[in-house]
Amino acid sequence: MKEVINLPVKNIEEEEYHINMGPQHPSTHGVLRLVVSLQGEIVKSLKPHCGYIHRGIEKMCEKDTYPQIIHLTDRMDYLSAHINNHAVCLLVEKALEVEVPERVKYIRTIVDELNRIASHQLWWCSFGMDMGGLTCFFYGLRDREKILDIFEESFGSRLLHSYYTPGGLMMDIHPDFQKNVKVFIKYFRKKIKDYDDLLSGNVIMQLRTKGVGVISKEDAISFGMTGPTGRGSGFSCDVRKHHPYGVYEKVQFNEIVRTEGDTLARYLNRMDEMRESMNIIEQLIDNIPAGDYTAKMKAVIKLPAGEYFQRVESARGELGVYVVSDGNKTPFRMKFRTPSFSNLSTLDYVSRGCKIADLVAIGASMDYVIPDIDR
Amino acid sequence: MAFSIYDFTSFNQSIDKLLYDSLPPFWALIIEMTIIGVVFLLFYAVVGLFLVYAERKVCAFMQNRVGPNRVGPYGIFQTIADFIKLLMKELIYIKNADKLLFNLAPFIVIIASFMAISAVPFAKGLHAIDFDIGILYVIAVSSLGVVGILLAGWSSNNKYSLIGAMRSGAQIVSYELSVGLSLVTIIILAGTMQFSAIVEGQANGWFIFKGHIPAFIAFVVFLIASTAETNRGPFDLAEAESELTAGFHTEYSGIKFAFFFLAEYMNMFLVASIAATVFLGGWMPFHVSGWGGFNAVMDFIPPLIWYFGKTAFIIFLMMWFKWTFPRLRIDQLLTLEWKYLLPINLVNILVMAFMVLMGWHF
Amino acid sequence: MNSFFQYFADIFNGVKSLLTGMKVTGRYFFSPWEIVTQQYPENRKTLKMYDRFKGEVIMPHTANNEHRCTGCGICETNCPNGSIEIIQDKIDMPDGKKKRIIDKHIYHLSMCTFCGLCIKTCPSDALAWGQEFEHAVFDRTKLTKILNKPGSSILKDISE
Ligand code: SF4
Ligand code: SF4
Repeated sequence: MKEVINLPVKNIEEEEYHINMGPQHPSTHGVLRLVVSLQGEIVKSLKPHCGYIHRGIEKMCEKDTYPQIIHLTDRMDYLSAHINNHAVCLLVEKALEVEVPERVKYIRTIVDELNRIASHQLWWCSFGMDMGGLTCFFYGLRDREKILDIFEESFGSRLLHSYYTPGGLMMDIHPDFQKNVKVFIKYFRKKIKDYDDLLSGNVIMQLRTKGVGVISKEDAISFGMTGPTGRGSGFSCDVRKHHPYGVYEKVQFNEIVRTEGDTLARYLNRMDEMRESMNIIEQLIDNIPAGDYTAKMKAVIKLPAGEYFQRVESARGELGVYVVSDGNKTPFRMKFRTPSFSNLSTLDYVSRGCKIADLVAIGASMDYVIPDIDR
Repeated sequence: MAFSIYDFTSFNQSIDKLLYDSLPPFWALIIEMTIIGVVFLLFYAVVGLFLVYAERKVCAFMQNRVGPNRVGPYGIFQTIADFIKLLMKELIYIKNADKLLFNLAPFIVIIASFMAISAVPFAKGLHAIDFDIGILYVIAVSSLGVVGILLAGWSSNNKYSLIGAMRSGAQIVSYELSVGLSLVTIIILAGTMQFSAIVEGQANGWFIFKGHIPAFIAFVVFLIASTAETNRGPFDLAEAESELTAGFHTEYSGIKFAFFFLAEYMNMFLVASIAATVFLGGWMPFHVSGWGGFNAVMDFIPPLIWYFGKTAFIIFLMMWFKWTFPRLRIDQLLTLEWKYLLPINLVNILVMAFMVLMGWHF
Repeated sequence: MNSFFQYFADIFNGVKSLLTGMKVTGRYFFSPWEIVTQQYPENRKTLKMYDRFKGEVIMPHTANNEHRCTGCGICETNCPNGSIEIIQDKIDMPDGKKKRIIDKHIYHLSMCTFCGLCIKTCPSDALAWGQEFEHAVFDRTKLTKILNKPGSSILKDISE
């Protein structure tokens, strides 16, 4: 007679299973891998695995001179390339105590804001796409194209510009720059209404984002969330307001803060930031002072020995650059504090208990750029 | 052999007579069935190719693009080129997949939509079978497709596929109700389930006008529910490419994928033609009672054009939905059905029954 | 009672927002003049790149096949990723001194990141941006270019 073996009976209701979202997945926006453990459709926990596009930019910077570093920072957060460059340039200028011409500051601020709009447009595209509205993708790209054309005309390239140099700019802006920017602003003020009609006001979108992925202000601060994501949780952290650089002190603009902390707040924050950026550009574009487009710099830039830190507000949040110099022409140690990395760290915490669709929406609202995470 | 583009009855009967006169009845039946099968196959191939092309063009224009424009003038041969490409693709066999079910699934999906279309009248006297319970038959058969989707998701041995299939199951079980009930509203008005009788009943006004507000509400509900039933538009949770990569057909490649792809369009065509038949009068021209001259002009347009025009209009609406709205979440999808569509539908049936009872329709 | 009205208000607002969205896509559907697609290989004839466009690094030559490069190698040291290799040569001047000239200015397009440092730092403005952008080739070695043309010489006023 056979003995009956009593296998331990598992409760199927409580059983979890894992799926790999990524590294090849449409909604991770690149090579990010999320190991999601699910119970039915509910996300139980989640483990981000980064590093698929790690290129060792920080290490590479250690062998590059300061002007050469610029072309590497382009490639971290490629959607706000100018802003990344700005951070390094500001750091070098601060360390050398160089006063850059007023014209440079104006141009940098305008170009930064244009870059921010372009980045948010692309974010809007991919947000719409992650929510399942593919048409958004094309509208966003269509309008971003206009900014890229302006960039291409003045700086020669569309994505990775390497336009700023320590002490100034590569070259002066194109004579048509101001005219084209004004045309663009007029155009985009009209088109951003389409964005609202198509997605922001849509009942499906509202249902899917309201109250989903709520992060409290305390959590946002302790996770180091910055940018529109952190400001969606009521954490007032705009570097442009709190530690102004460029000519941000001279312009009137509002820091967009919402206290709901949900996906919709982060979404609306970015939409409002686009409008705010247009306001900033409009205030500056007619007042660019005449002058040189670069300060007098030595041929070989050597930072005095010491530690330096500079932060800027990139399209994703606070970007910090930290340099230890031993007095050579290359940095001894370089470290970037990238916003996407800190924002990603919250993903596990926020998405527990959500559905898969919510996870995608939350991820989209965080707007992370994978090379910015991995560097 | 009298042939007229306004009435196919005599044409069909003469073929029928010819076959039965010259052959024994058994063979005549077989040949008739073969002819109808081949005609439907060809029809479906053309419709499938055309709809894929149309969808691409429609979405392209909505997105400020030009769409396919390389293969042939205005890209009209693009779908044929794609079809050839899909034919030549490797069929990838999945380790640990349930071979039989895995291979069976695409056929079930296709067959379900095939069976359903046979009951739809395209013009006067032009339909394969005219059941007296046509609507019931269509509802019953068209929901078979979900079996194929469930099998595909289960047998692929892939978690994404499984999630997609389960979503699809939940979705279709719920939305089948709304589709059925909204059709019931019209059955009450028409007093018959036979498609040909429903169309004849709309000779002096389409049901959507005849039935006042309840018919219109039923039309909207049907449109929403059938979009959900075909796994399209804002309800494409079963394939939700931003969440589940491709949902239930993640593991399918080559021609088997093409089957799923085509089935989506055929289902869309099917529900559009049912909507056109039941609510918009099918092949019946647009008539306003009392306007003799106007009605005569409308009658001059062949019924096939009426039928395809109405179907195309509804297909366009469904494409318009798809390319405008973001996708719903699974719980919201079910909320929409059980909290909104179903109660509205039930009340709607009551109102309609009351209206018919009191004779308040045209 | 309140929630009863809320139920219908929800439906009404929802449908209204959906129709607003459909209005946007519908408007674009019926306005084909807003199409922004550029049909690339067809518009090749009329396609004009911006004159600052960074297609590749080139060395402009005059009609007499003269360039401005002295072979100093500054571009080589400034290039962050070793895309430039300078091979120098020495020639005997009539006054008996030896003079450095460029033998080969090798440019690896496949490695270039278009940072523009070589062009910016060249003391004699020998380099410039070219507007060519169709760089696709079947053989990677074709992307290694020699910028000074064969038989070219340095412009007179630079060498003095
Ligand atoms: S191109 Fe300019 S920097 Fe480079 S070797 Fe020639 S002269 Fe020197
Ligand atoms: S553009 Fe930059 S990367 Fe390219 S060759 Fe010149 S210095 Fe090197």
